[in-house]
Amino acid sequence: METVADNQLNGIVAIFMTVVIAMVLAVLPLPEFVPAEVGFLRPDWIAMVLVYWMIAVPHRIGIFTAWTVGLVVDVLLGSLLGQHALAYVIIAYVSLNLYQRLRMFTVWQQALVLFALLGLNQLINFWVESIADDTGWSMWYLMPAVAGAFLWPWVFMLLRYLRRRLAVT
Amino acid sequence: MAGLVLLSVLLIFIDHVADWLDEPRAAMTIAVTPVFVVADLPNRSARSLSEMLSSRGDLRRRITELEGEITLLRVKTGKMAALTAENNRLRDLLGSAAKLQDTAIVAELIGVNPDPEEQEVIIDKGSVDKVFAGQPVLDPQGLMGQVVEVSRYTSRVLLISDRAHSVPVQVLRSNLRLIAQGTGIGQTLELRHVNSTVDIRVGDQLLSSGLGNRFPVGYPVGVIDRVEYEPGKPFAEVTAVPSAQLDRSRHVLLVFTEDRNPANPGSPDGNSGG
Repeated sequence: METVADNQLNGIVAIFMTVVIAMVLAVLPLPEFVPAEVGFLRPDWIAMVLVYWMIAVPHRIGIFTAWTVGLVVDVLLGSLLGQHALAYVIIAYVSLNLYQRLRMFTVWQQALVLFALLGLNQLINFWVESIADDTGWSMWYLMPAVAGAFLWPWVFMLLRYLRRRLAVT
Repeated sequence: MAGLVLLSVLLIFIDHVADWLDEPRAAMTIAVTPVFVVADLPNRSARSLSEMLSSRGDLRRRITELEGEITLLRVKTGKMAALTAENNRLRDLLGSAAKLQDTAIVAELIGVNPDPEEQEVIIDKGSVDKVFAGQPVLDPQGLMGQVVEVSRYTSRVLLISDRAHSVPVQVLRSNLRLIAQGTGIGQTLELRHVNSTVDIRVGDQLLSSGLGNRFPVGYPVGVIDRVEYEPGKPFAEVTAVPSAQLDRSRHVLLVFTEDRNPANPGSPDGNSGG
């Protein structure tokens, strides 16, 4: 018999592991024969995983978790400390407010919302980066959001499978 | 939520204007280093697989080749030592300070900044190996960039092709001093403020000039590949291809110059010259 505490611990470990895997995917170097522009198609895996868990288990993972993960991502990517933290807090706020509605959506409707959330993420990141770097906005910066929205159904199904398999509640 | 947003904005502000957060960041980098190591595994295993699959004969041939190359390089180094000594004697006659010998350690690339807009790599040497911020990084072909962030076991290197990076250079043929700025796209450098009357041609070799006290003198930086004078514009458009294999080198050299003081790495913005 598993106790409730065991289950909770399992759930936290599972969530932690998926976030770590998303971080590995976020820094995975592209093979050398791939042109550098392909890098613009890399979605923000970490934001996607966070949004999934906030829809699925909003009582486990909240704004503070998103903020902490954001700080770690800032260290990982060498961005200004607080940049991803700010973006993830705002995404978390929106998704925690919408989670009941999002659960009712079909997976492609969710993908549309994901596009908006990931686009917001890109905008905030661009805005913070523009403090230090005076480059103009380019539509390339929205590509990760487009890629993320297209990949959402698969990410969703994979994470749902994991959640059911590992009984994360 | 409002509190965390404010806190983030405050952190961003502090990180932008001051360096108080560098130490916590370095400490946290140690915690995330395993992520880079894991992300590098596919690359690493692909390499070791290709090594395993190469035949004995191939390896033998390679060893012979490398041995030949070592002999050649030894001869060249011997000659270099004599030339350096001679150079220093001549400099002594002229009354200028002797050139110091640079020492270097080899580091291996373990990660690349995933943002295609930023030309940054992560190497496997950190403050335990006495790496310091502002330290020049070379590959066998030329100047690669400089260290911008040091943690205990890893460091972050800004490449010369990044948009935020400039190197003071000198044209080998004409001794013309210029600033080579990265462009961020592909592997090109842009020469800033080139007067349309100066003596510069396609094929000219650029060396680091040592001005700005960041990079040592005389390392190859790039080769001019385009010179365009546009009538009506004050400056010519000149670009160069970096000599270093910025996207291919797995092993890089971290240079220690004896006359430089690691405690004083220069301006904090990562730019030298500029």
